Order: sequence, then structure tokens, then C-alpha cells
Amino acid sequence: MPLHRRHLIDIADFSRDEFDSVLETAVSMRQVLERPISRVPTLRGKSIVNVFFEASTRTRVSFELAGKSLSADVVNVASSGSSIEKGESLIDTFHTIQALGADLVVLRHPKAGAPDLAARNLSCSVVNAGDGLRGHPSQALLDLFTVQQHTGDIEGLKIVIVGDVLHSRVARSGIWAFARMGAHVYLSGPPTLLPPHFNKLVNGDDGIVRIEHDLDRAIDGADVVMALRIQKERMHLGMLPDLREYARRWGITSTRLSRADRRALLMHPGPMNQGIEISPDVAYGEHSVITEQVTNGVAVRMAILYLLLAGTPA
Amino acid sequence: MKSNTDGERLVMSADDLRRALTRIAHEIVERNRGPSNLVFVGVPRPGPVLAKRLAQVVAEFEEDPIPTGSIDISLHRDDLKQRSTTPAIYPTEIPEDVTGRDVVLVDDVLYTGRSARAALDALTDFGRPKSIQLAVVVDRGHRELPIRADYVGKNVPTASAESVHVHLVELDGEDCVRVINDGEK
Repeated sequence: MPLHRRHLIDIADFSRDEFDSVLETAVSMRQVLERPISRVPTLRGKSIVNVFFEASTRTRVSFELAGKSLSADVVNVASSGSSIEKGESLIDTFHTIQALGADLVVLRHPKAGAPDLAARNLSCSVVNAGDGLRGHPSQALLDLFTVQQHTGDIEGLKIVIVGDVLHSRVARSGIWAFARMGAHVYLSGPPTLLPPHFNKLVNGDDGIVRIEHDLDRAIDGADVVMALRIQKERMHLGMLPDLREYARRWGITSTRLSRADRRALLMHPGPMNQGIEISPDVAYGEHSVITEQVTNGVAVRMAILYLLLAGTPA
Repeated sequence: MKSNTDGERLVMSADDLRRALTRIAHEIVERNRGPSNLVFVGVPRPGPVLAKRLAQVVAEFEEDPIPTGSIDISLHRDDLKQRSTTPAIYPTEIPEDVTGRDVVLVDDVLYTGRSARAALDALTDFGRPKSIQLAVVVDRGHRELPIRADYVGKNVPTASAESVHVHLVELDGEDCVRVINDGEK
């Protein structure tokens, strides 16, 4: 049941038992959130510091709400308006946060590996809230949880991840998480944004993840379709012909979605570019669980904080 | 009292347990002047099973059925820092609004009183009961808080090196209460 770790940095080293532990705990946390008084005293006296070196709405707010629902003290540090702007180094920032008495640091940083550096230099727990292109473990866990709430079991499901896989830490963590839970993972998108070696991402094994550039074929009979955000800031790199061309070939529309299973779930990690990777009618249509992902994010992050912080000596 | 060489003794047999639950069920209904305003809420893991059994006993001699539920206390514990592992969280199912009701908390063992305190806190998040009473199978002493049980199956004097195990057919395959000596402490 307990997690045998102090940090949550990379989903790739998560065991099946650890996935189950987080998912089970999140069920109870969701119950807490549904109560008239949705706050429990579990982490009273613990301090959580959100350190965000990149823009974020849902991840930061949901870690904040998760900490507060467990009665922890939550403080936010953004790179703008802090000493980071004055040129303080990352390690010095960590030492300052430690000296202020943090029990857990939630870190988002544009460079992959920043959370590992934090874990080496801090005596408190570290949670990776997105580092460069490498990973976004809490997002992968909330995606698993959202699917599990609908299907009961993840094993054997066909999961299609569509879009800019190359630049997506959500995709990297998601591929690992769904594969570990026994799902069949298909990747689709333009060849420039979907490197051929991604089929060997999981354990170097090329039988677990499949690449199908033709979305109509990939989506056939799918149980879960996950659209990734097209990062418009990447357009100048010459990796996309143009956005209309992208929308035509890899945008999720109701016609495309009708090829998937009748009860298929449509997911998107947000923020969405409606009309590009996802059409407005399906974004809030009957298959969409996109707003549920946001709600579940709080419950899953409560589970993560509880499992990392409760039971550790103060 | 029966005992064996492993430092394990049987303090209640299946019959003893059945008779104790029957008596407690009658006491609860008598003190609350009937079952109509009662709700039984068990503390996992054995509490919810005990709550159901008590409600079944009451159903044999009263017409109004008593709703039963369970309440998880792991998120309200005050000893998380003292524990090396994170306690498992069990489901919470409160059958109906507890505001204005006479709620009987059902637990297997009353020891330090800390679980009972956590259960009181957890329960008040769901409303304001008219009264909260506590029913336990075994009171083993060693209280650390000003808490007492309203209904007790059996008072069992114990040493702190011992642990008390209430086994139930539904969870453990047998009905009995055992005291086990966990060794020097």
C-alpha cells in the first residue's frame, strides 16, 4: 500500500503496485472532495512550496487545492517577482526554500532533470510538476485515474495519443503509465513531431507502443483518444506545414471520433487550441472527459501528497 | 482462561462474541428508546461488519431497520508522524444525513482512545448528530484521552506489549477474540 519513495520525479520507475496505490488512494480523496466540508486535517503542520519556473494554471492551482484540502500550508513561488529574477541560482533557491522549512517542494522547470537536482540538494520531498520535455508524472496519474473511473480496468485498452509527441512531456509520462498498466498505446501525428524510435520508449521494447501516422487508422476502435496541445511557439521551427493542414489531418473531429469505440473517452491535458488539435463540438461533447481530468487532478495530487508526506517523521 | 505456549490466549469464543453483541444490541435500543433515530457507523476494518451484525440482531426484535455505514479515520489520525508507514485509507459510507440522529460508533477494540477521537472528528464533518455513542467489543484499558465506551462486550486487562485481535467470519474466517503477546517492549 505505501509508496516506498520520498520523491515523485519520473513515472518510468513506478511499479505496478505504486500505480495501484496512488489510484486507490485517489478514490478516497475524491470522496473527501465530494463532502460538504471537503477538508481533512491529515497534513496539518506540513508546509508545501510550489516553485514554478514556467506558466501553469491547472497544475499549480490543483496542487495548491490538494495541499489545502489536506490542511497543509501551501506557498507559491513564481520565477517572476522572486529572487530568481535577480539571478539567484537554482541550487541557492532550493537552499532558501529548505531553510524556510518546506516539507515538500512541487517543482516545474523548463529544463529536464531540475527535479533530480532538487532531490539531491534538499532534505525534503520533491514532486516533479513538469520538467522540460522529460515528464509530468502527476498528469499521467490523473489521466490513468480518469480512465479507470470510467472503464474499471486499463489492461487491454487501446489508447491513442495524437499530436506533438516529440515536445510533449505529458505524452512521455502518459506512454509509460498506460503501458505499465497493460494498455496498448498507439501514437499518431506528423512524422516531424513523432520520432520513429518512440515505439521503443518503454523498456526499449518495440512491441508495446505502436506508431501509426494515419490518424483515421490509429483511431479505429480506440477506447481512449488523447489529443496533445499543438505548441504554436514551435511553428517557426518548420516542423508543421501549417495549422490548417495539421487540423485537417490530425485534428479530432466528430467524424474521426465516430471511428473509435462507441464509449470512447476523449482527453486533452489542456490548454486547448480549439479548431486545431480538437474541434469545439467534441471538446465539450459526449465523449469528452476533459473537465473531469481537471477535477480528478486535485484528488490524484492529494493522494500523491498524502502518500509522500504522511508517515514520514516530521 | 485458555492459553497456549506461544503467548496467545483466547479471551472470547464465537459464542461469547455472539452473546456480547446480542446484549449490546439490546442495551443500545433500550437506552435510545427504540431504533427509529439510530444510525450505526463502523470504524474499518472490522467496525462496519460489527455494525451490520448489531443491526441484524436488532432486526430480530424491532421493526424499524437501522441504517449502517463506515467511516475512515486514517485522514484524521494524530499519529501519522509516529508511524513509519502510511495507513491504508478505507471507504467512507455514511448511509444518510447524521444531523439530529443518535449515532453509535462501532469499533473492535478501545485502547488509547485516539481512534475514537479521530472517528468523532471525521463524523462531525458530515453533520451534527443529536448524540454520538461508542460501542466496542473489547475495552483493553491504557487510555490516553478522556474517552469511554457506552457499550462494552468485555473488559480485558492487557499489558502494552500485548495486542488484541477481534476476528470475524466475514473478514478472517472465524469468530473469536485473541490476545497475543508481541514480545518485550
